[in-house]
Amino acid sequence: MIHLWLPLMLVCILAGAGAYGVIARRNAVLVLIGVELILNSANLLFVTMGSVRGDTLRTGSVLTLFLITIAAAEIGVALAVILALFRKRGHIDLSEPGA
Amino acid sequence: MTTLDVIFGAVGLITAASAVLAVSTHQLVHAALWLVVTLGTLAGCYLILGAELVALVQLLIYVGAVVVLVLFALMLTRAPMGPSPEHSSSSVQRIAAAVVGGGTTVLLAAVLVPALGGEVLPTKAGDTTAIATQLFGTWVWPFELLSVLLLVALIAALAVSRMPTTSPESADVPPESADTSPASAEKVSP
Repeated sequence: MIHLWLPLMLVCILAGAGAYGVIARRNAVLVLIGVELILNSANLLFVTMGSVRGDTLRTGSVLTLFLITIAAAEIGVALAVILALFRKRGHIDLSEPGA
Repeated sequence: MTTLDVIFGAVGLITAASAVLAVSTHQLVHAALWLVVTLGTLAGCYLILGAELVALVQLLIYVGAVVVLVLFALMLTRAPMGPSPEHSSSSVQRIAAAVVGGGTTVLLAAVLVPALGGEVLPTKAGDTTAIATQLFGTWVWPFELLSVLLLVALIAALAVSRMPTTSPESADVPPESADTSPASAEKVSP
């Protein structure tokens, strides 16, 4: 028996921390860490709701697996873009104007 | 308060604290290491909520692959090892980010907790067999589409990292440095 406000509060805190990381960070890799935290809060919401409303399609767990796959693809492409940016500019500071 | 409430509270507290540390620490490598703690304890949360398969996949892909990719990217972009105050943002930007982050938390909590917070999650055994049946039955076409997505992402990462650069500062960099990025991009394929 778990009271549902506990996982829901964790979802809210993870999303808030991710939003803070996306805006406050200047390093592009650290911005990606914020994006990962937001995606993980969505995952936790999927799992929690899937456990509460146990439907026959198991939508919560299956969509979480899909979202993890999409996040892996996203971070692969994003890091390739960041490395290309680093080779072109010599730094990945997002607060400085582009060349 | 039940026993699972207490366990979830403890694990969730570690998750929330390490998530806040991951976005607020001034050492770049420490941020990636706090992300490991966050994702690992989040897998524990999934386990407590009764989703064993998701917890294992989270450990495999996030802690195993994504964090390694992030650490690789930090090393390849020559991140400083010690505290780096020159990389920290201005106080105005941090205050604005704190307002947005806190607002996100409060708004989500104001919507989710009154709507669903009173419900109680029944403890049940994990149904991995049912998930597998549904995943390769009902959801098989989205699943196949996702494998195509992974392939496209892999090829795109290769193409982006092999893109010729025209800036003068990269002209003197030998092509060996270009060979390191496809190697890190390939790690996502399994």
